[in-house]
Amino acid sequence: MLDAVTLSRMQFAGTIMFHYLFPPLTIGMGVVLVYLEARFLWTHDFVYERAARFWTELFAATFAMGVATGLVMEFQFGTNWAAYSRFVGDVFGSALAAEGIFAFFLESGFLAVLVFGWDRVSPRFHFFATLMVALGSMFSAVWIVVANSWQQTPAGHEIVPVLRDGRPWIDAAGHPIMRAVVADFWGVVFSPSSVNRLAHTLIGAVIVGTFFVMSVSAWYLLRGRHLDFARRSFAGALFLALVFSLAQLVSGDSNARMVANNQPAKLAAFEGHFKTAPASLSLIGWPDAATETVRFDVAIPGLLSLLVSGDPEQPVTGLDRVPRAYWPPVAISFLTYHAMVGIGTLLIGLTLLAALLYWRGALFTQRWLLWIFVFAVLLAVAANELGWVCAEVGRQPWVVYPGVDHDAAGDFALDQKGMLAYRLSEGLLTRDAVSPSVDAAQVAASIAIFGCIYVLLFAIWITVLWRKIQVGPAGPQLRARTDATALADVASSRIDHRASLNARAG
Amino acid sequence: MDLHFIWFVLLGVLLTGYATLDGFDLGVGILHFVARDDRERRIFLRAIGPIWDGNEVWLVTFGGALFAAFPEAYATIFSAYYLLVMCLLGALIFRAAAIEFRGTLDSPIWRRGWDIGFSAASALASFLFGVSVGNAMLGIPLDAQGNSVGSTADLFGVYPALIGALTVAMFAVHGALYLQLKIADAALRARVATTAWRCWGMFLVLYQLATLYTLVTVPHAVPDFQRWPAAAALVVLNVLAIAAVPRALYLDRPVQAFVASGAVIATLVALFGAALWPNLVRAANGAQLSLTVHSAASTPPTLHRMLIIAAIGVPLFLTYSAMVYWVFRRRVGDADLQYAFGTPRASATSELAQSR
Repeated sequence: MLDAVTLSRMQFAGTIMFHYLFPPLTIGMGVVLVYLEARFLWTHDFVYERAARFWTELFAATFAMGVATGLVMEFQFGTNWAAYSRFVGDVFGSALAAEGIFAFFLESGFLAVLVFGWDRVSPRFHFFATLMVALGSMFSAVWIVVANSWQQTPAGHEIVPVLRDGRPWIDAAGHPIMRAVVADFWGVVFSPSSVNRLAHTLIGAVIVGTFFVMSVSAWYLLRGRHLDFARRSFAGALFLALVFSLAQLVSGDSNARMVANNQPAKLAAFEGHFKTAPASLSLIGWPDAATETVRFDVAIPGLLSLLVSGDPEQPVTGLDRVPRAYWPPVAISFLTYHAMVGIGTLLIGLTLLAALLYWRGALFTQRWLLWIFVFAVLLAVAANELGWVCAEVGRQPWVVYPGVDHDAAGDFALDQKGMLAYRLSEGLLTRDAVSPSVDAAQVAASIAIFGCIYVLLFAIWITVLWRKIQVGPAGPQLRARTDATALADVASSRIDHRASLNARAG
Repeated sequence: MDLHFIWFVLLGVLLTGYATLDGFDLGVGILHFVARDDRERRIFLRAIGPIWDGNEVWLVTFGGALFAAFPEAYATIFSAYYLLVMCLLGALIFRAAAIEFRGTLDSPIWRRGWDIGFSAASALASFLFGVSVGNAMLGIPLDAQGNSVGSTADLFGVYPALIGALTVAMFAVHGALYLQLKIADAALRARVATTAWRCWGMFLVLYQLATLYTLVTVPHAVPDFQRWPAAAALVVLNVLAIAAVPRALYLDRPVQAFVASGAVIATLVALFGAALWPNLVRAANGAQLSLTVHSAASTPPTLHRMLIIAAIGVPLFLTYSAMVYWVFRRRVGDADLQYAFGTPRASATSELAQSR
């Protein structure tokens, strides 16, 4: 039987990866909805309103899944990771509470107006509600990425003994129990990795949203349905996808350098870099931690050094400077990281090609490319998931990463044995972070519960999306707004109409 | 004022907000079987459709605030109640899916399945909330580091089960009274009113049982009232609120009835808080092991900063919540079912739109 630590890690990985199918889609589609409703307000063209209504249907189904699966995340720190919660509560809890107060109330309140309010509120107020939902989903990402980034690159905190009635509280072995407390709130919020990682996360989410829109549109184009709608949607999403996938290239590069400066063991694992030396950049390969080599390595010499420091001769810290006990799982880190980068590059290529063809006016006749776009959204989702897997696995065996000191020259400080000088007392090992009172059988039971529910939910979500896509943007419910009152609503907000009314009244 | 006290009260406010708001939509779920056909079920769902999600955010924020203000208590409570919490989360997830997905397919089996699931998950979630409160009143055995040393089976004793049943009845009353405000169809409303009477009767029986049981077997819930005679006012208010429900129902004053049942829930949560104070987790095996608002807290600067966050955030979210309730204040009639929670029917107006 697996132990409680392994099972809790499996449960967390499973529940967070399932949850993370939905937030990037809603963040990305939120941007699309804001765009469509803005166009509707600007042009009064009902095509945009109908499109917005259609995407809102898909958005709402996805949002519901995000809320339902997100509920688990809020409590899982306490249920499975009690020791972690005690250690980081002062720092991490604030971010989580702020997420609830600032993001979730905003989202859920205005979501009601977005989904149910088409006939209840004016188009302007509806647009405002859509904007607030989109902002709320981004605020949520802000706080959760801030909290996670602090775990990766802790800053703005200090480690102090827990006091009980003024005296240090001791554990069963007689050692004082320590915890992280906030020393500088903005230092915590702007930890060395937070801005980089937030940008990378949000851009990734927008890419997923745009690829989803392109996927559905490409499907309609291939089936010869809703052609006008599909062409407009595809073109708009393609433009966004192009901008954001190029931005992701810049963000990815900046993130890799941030990791190199703050989490050298993680970078070494990403790149399969075992020996401290000037480093090549592997394009493909299979790292073998036992022999400390990369098999089937296809690499560009000096490129990693060049990307990290701007000098191809500059040595990059390898895993030989990390005590073996603190190595992350090298194969998973390497493979997920490379898969993410590979997919990202592929998506950039796809969007560039599609944009070129669109510019030449030949995009919508390339059936093979449209077929690729039908399924490319799966790659975009995979890249988001893989990115998080390598970020979280690369941090192991730590749940809270211990800082690494730099010397005066800006290089990593080394101890007498020539190893990286971790500030060990500041880190928390994942295996020490679980709940002492929860045993393996309980975790196995909860995995079974969530396993059943999630498989069911996933099947239902896919069914519902599929049905809604089949009905399409011309479905009768999407036209409900264009009844007499709604028409009058919009008509009366048109300046020419109001002028004509006034003229008649005069 | 003492920061620890303020945060204890604020958590109480979040819990009260959650119980009074999600309480009625859980109640509507419990009473889902009162609706006899698809149209009536859609009316029930539409009555809570725009707001249930926001109501649940109170619980999420309660969790986040407990984590931030009292991390030791957050860690102990959720790991001690492990399987209970997992079942609760499972029920809430299932319920969310039922509300959102029931209407998306026009198949009787699909809808029937979700109807049963929705009702059962709502009842189960309410019951488990009550069980958690019952266990918090009893306390759990803790070790010197604040970890639970009890077993899962201990969580399902007679007293927690009684509080669980009480919670189900209470939310059912609250849900029925909410529907009184939201249903446009007079015949359906009358049927729900009859249900409200029955639920109130059941609530009253369970309430008396629970009170007796608490006084006899959970004596530590009492001393605090001797220390603060003012807390007795809560008891008086609670009893008055319980009595006000049938009065308002009889006089056909639905707003009053709904406010009264909200007040019943609020005063019960307040009494729960008063019984617990100054503990967050009462150790069943020795008072010195209990996690109090002082021993379980974050540092004072963090509590202070969280207070600033709350001072900025709370007025904002109260505004959004009020806005949503205002936008959707009307009673739910057949026209509202056109495009939500059910198959839309092609109407003359949509034909008109098509011809445009």
